[in-house]
Amino acid sequence: MKLVSKHIILKTEALSIGYKSKKSQTIVASNINIELFKGELVGLIGANGIGKSTLLRTLSKVQPDLNGTILVHNKNVAQYNSTELAKTLSLVLTEQIVSKNLSVFELVALGRQPYTNWVGNLTKNDINIVNQSINQTNIEELKHKRCFELSDGQLQKVMIARALAQDTDLIILDEPTTHLDVYHKTSILKLLQKMTKDSKKTILFSSHEIDLTIQLCDKLIIMTDGKVLIDTPENHIKQGNFNSLFPKDLITFNKTTKTFKIKK
Amino acid sequence: MYSTNTYRFSFLILTIILIVCFFANISLGSVSIPVKDVFNSLLGNTIENEAWQHIIQNYRLPKAFTAVLVGSGLGISGLLMQTLFRNPLAGPFVLGITSGASLGVALVIMGASLFGSFFATLLLTKWSLVIAASLGSFLVLLAVIMVSAKVRDTMAILIIGLMFGSITAAVVSVLSYFSSAEQLQQYIFWGFGSLGNLSWNELLIFLLVYCFGILFSIISLKSLNTLLLGENYAKSLGVNIKQSRFIIIIATSLLAGTITAFAGPIAFIGLAIPHITRQVFNTSNHKILLPAVFIFGAIVMLICDSIAQLPTSDYTLPINAITSLIGAPIVIWLLVRKRKMIF
Repeated sequence: MKLVSKHIILKTEALSIGYKSKKSQTIVASNINIELFKGELVGLIGANGIGKSTLLRTLSKVQPDLNGTILVHNKNVAQYNSTELAKTLSLVLTEQIVSKNLSVFELVALGRQPYTNWVGNLTKNDINIVNQSINQTNIEELKHKRCFELSDGQLQKVMIARALAQDTDLIILDEPTTHLDVYHKTSILKLLQKMTKDSKKTILFSSHEIDLTIQLCDKLIIMTDGKVLIDTPENHIKQGNFNSLFPKDLITFNKTTKTFKIKK
Repeated sequence: MYSTNTYRFSFLILTIILIVCFFANISLGSVSIPVKDVFNSLLGNTIENEAWQHIIQNYRLPKAFTAVLVGSGLGISGLLMQTLFRNPLAGPFVLGITSGASLGVALVIMGASLFGSFFATLLLTKWSLVIAASLGSFLVLLAVIMVSAKVRDTMAILIIGLMFGSITAAVVSVLSYFSSAEQLQQYIFWGFGSLGNLSWNELLIFLLVYCFGILFSIISLKSLNTLLLGENYAKSLGVNIKQSRFIIIIATSLLAGTITAFAGPIAFIGLAIPHITRQVFNTSNHKILLPAVFIFGAIVMLICDSIAQLPTSDYTLPINAITSLIGAPIVIWLLVRKRKMIF
């Protein structure tokens, strides 16, 4: 075996996620142990309601964990202050932005907020990084358009450019391909793949596109009832992990075509 | 683009309009004073007619300054509330500030008789109304802030503010039911709003609180821009939501609270000025919107006040009615012409 010491960006140890109220707590998933390395594209798949969003929200400190630890750059996420975390981890969420009157440049430039001064003035360096992010995501021709003029696919790219401008080692995206056709889904995922290759970002995203993620991702996290498994797509296929993904009454995973087929 | 440079020309024009409106406002009034004498008086030269000198320096000049502070302050607090609550219908008074002030004033005017005739005359000085309005809006606001510290959802604060408004309105109704026609009339007159009753000393206090309000608004500029993405995105960009929300609410209360205390509940300006400004400047960037709203608010208020004075006549119309009569058609016209709402 080849010994490669790769830099761990994010690591969880015996993490439990869920919701806490004063009297009770609802555990969505427990004993989650995952490691994300630098420059990896990682897909998170699982059935509806299994807790993908809860996991992503917990990892990004939007909601508190129930137990265990989350380490980002080997430091407990609880010890980060909000600005430090914003410089390490950026988010693309499913929710719509409030003001669609922002121009694309303005929106991407908001990604520089953790670095700007108290009124948020952009320095030359900031503007360079914003332009770079716009170039990398191939949205130069949209630069001066306003967000309400964009299609869903274009807006998603702009939101990714904004996360890129935030210049973080880790980018987390919650279902970045929903509402898009298969061509635009692929183009978004290809873009994410390119970002991991070119700028060595670690990207974690949730998705329902199992066939696309198998083809594109370095690793896949499969969430099922009771278990959270992380491995390369090939190993997942070998071990038959895809079959535990959904109830078995309607569909089965075909190892040769690497897709789900309807039971005859 | 993300800079003020593109808007420099618009700002120059607007500033000139503001200055013209300011002088026009001072020149117009029930007593007609020649423009030459108005200028001489403003420059500190003595003019022949001492009555004119007195009118300009102790009545019209403070009134014009009040109009500038009221218009700009209400506009800015409206802008803050619309961004914070992500709601184009929000205004400076959604936090229950006016309703608190009106409750305070209603208690003083209509409740004064309960304290006996001696206290009644003592209570009904102008300062007592100012203090009652400030106390009322402060207490209602404090209640809103205390409740809102417990809820995570910003929308809940909006609804809580409206509920407090309903409660105070109900109390005012009950008080009105039991009060005399004379007291009711006095209360209604307070509700008309007035810019013209401030002495220089009062104006100074007004200005001081106003400056604090503006200062807090400027501190909030960065978080306001981030809030355009929504609260979760703002959080992911390192914004401390609870703290920024608190500063924005404080800024609004200082501005809208003092304005209501000194000038009465001025309707419409706070809601409409941000919309007028967005239509003209076509941006959501608060670094441009804030100064633009300041100038627009001041201009509109000066114009409304000039009209309310009904130049050369002895009558003065209620400023509160004029702001809506003049302002509402402007907003409708802008929306129809541009066919879209910018937010």
